[in-house]
Amino acid sequence: MKSVLPVVSVVAFLLVVWIVSVVPMNIHLAADQAARGDVAVQPDDARARQEVGAVALALRNPAVIPMTYTLDRPRLPGPQQVVGELWNTVFMVSPTSRQSLIYHGWVTLSATLLGFAMGTALGIALAVGIVFSRTMDLSVMPWAIASQTIPILALAPMIIVVMGAIGIQGLLPKAIISAYLSFFPVVVGMVKGLRSPDAMQLDLLRTYHAGPAQGFWKLRLPASVPYLFASLKIGISASLVGAIVGELPTGARAGFGARMLVGDQYGQPLVTWAALFAAAITAAALVGLFALMERITLRRMGMAA
Amino acid sequence: MPETVITAQALDLTFQTNDGPVHALKDVKLDIEKGEFVSFIGPSGCGKTTFLRCIAGLEEPTGGSLRVNGMTPDEARRARAYGYVFQAAGLYPWRTIGGNVKLPLEIMGFSKAEQAARVARVLELVDLAGFEKKFPWQLSGGMQQRASIARALAFDADILLMDEPFGALDEIVRDHLNEQLLQLWARTEKTIGFVTHSIPEAVYLSTKIVVMSPRPGRITDVIESTLPRERPLDIRDSAEFIAIAHRVRDGLRAGHSYD
Repeated sequence: MKSVLPVVSVVAFLLVVWIVSVVPMNIHLAADQAARGDVAVQPDDARARQEVGAVALALRNPAVIPMTYTLDRPRLPGPQQVVGELWNTVFMVSPTSRQSLIYHGWVTLSATLLGFAMGTALGIALAVGIVFSRTMDLSVMPWAIASQTIPILALAPMIIVVMGAIGIQGLLPKAIISAYLSFFPVVVGMVKGLRSPDAMQLDLLRTYHAGPAQGFWKLRLPASVPYLFASLKIGISASLVGAIVGELPTGARAGFGARMLVGDQYGQPLVTWAALFAAAITAAALVGLFALMERITLRRMGMAA
Repeated sequence: MPETVITAQALDLTFQTNDGPVHALKDVKLDIEKGEFVSFIGPSGCGKTTFLRCIAGLEEPTGGSLRVNGMTPDEARRARAYGYVFQAAGLYPWRTIGGNVKLPLEIMGFSKAEQAARVARVLELVDLAGFEKKFPWQLSGGMQQRASIARALAFDADILLMDEPFGALDEIVRDHLNEQLLQLWARTEKTIGFVTHSIPEAVYLSTKIVVMSPRPGRITDVIESTLPRERPLDIRDSAEFIAIAHRVRDGLRAGHSYD
């Protein structure tokens, strides 16, 4: 509960910056619209208005300021417009409708979860291999690191196109991009976690004449759990980004990425902003869910002291 | 005729390090008989922990011979001939005290019923009955170390090897644990190898005190204690105790003047 005040303060500050920014960002559009609607605007000439700075224009036409918050196609929508769009597309339309953000959210989320499961499984498998095999440690780790230096925006279209060429479309290509982004934090975290037992704890098992499998199940794996959860929280948000990026290059027709693209291409900034916020809220909810699972698990394991 | 359980002859161990070879043990000769309480005392680098680790099969000597229960140390380790207590308790934080004591029993494949019976018995032995379901962080340092002793006792090895088990604890807790350890030794009749820095601790606990000295690590004196087996804490004020402590101190000093 101690963290509430700082968080609320930062949110309030950002909100104020946003609300204040709406006026200069939209004032030229609002003034043009007002002039078309026979409202007196200073200066009267559209070309002349382009020469005037945003703040100056706002100060000369205070009556136009309220209009900057209600434009249909603003440069920067007001917070209340984004909330309104979210409300309309989440609660006011059927979840099966193509207008519904719940529909689009589910499309993205299903690819995210599938990709996350694939990435996590791959990450854990690689980490186990790296910890138990020196050959894998030397050969896999550099490639895992190299894989993350390739911009996903460049790689994603290739994956989509190549997989499309062999007849695989829809969920799986997006999930693969998600997996590509999410396996890496899991590998790094799990390698660190599986190696976290110190020499004394390994010696203790040697005095019992325990085999490598017993060492894995009884010591290394439980010791890695806190590291795994830290990785999962990074991995799940990376997965969501991967799924959205996977929806962008081919003009997918559904998903958060598709909504952002549509909003951009058809000049509907509210659609883009609403999709952006819906994606951010989804990511926050997923990370929050894993944080909760982490707390419950570590408490049960007696490690949350 | 007492039975010799650990015997070392001309034992040598040289570590190859980046700064050249380090002679950790040189020409170590020692016999430990069944039921003895043997302390190894000496300054850092004298090889006392290394020697204990050799007995446990955790280090490989580079020369000489070492037999534990008539086997090589590695065979003895595989036969689970000893319990080892480390400097730190090293309990698994995700296991309860009972779960930690159970760890070696699970690994060695004891039946569930046998595990439960043994856990209860050894926790009783170290005075931790009733703490079975607590997690390590809920216990004090001294209690954690007692739990780790219970863990080493759980599978009933005849030999108990202890590497400065009370080094990190304060004086009062240490006195208390020393007293308890003697009672435990009397009840279980185990052979104990005990590494320590502390002269009073070594004299109070041991039937045999092995004084060691560094560079190269070697034994400079072996003192057979004349103290009775029954030892109340105030035995430490007796003339006999002080005389033995004096001889240990002299041995340590002689080792130091070497370099």
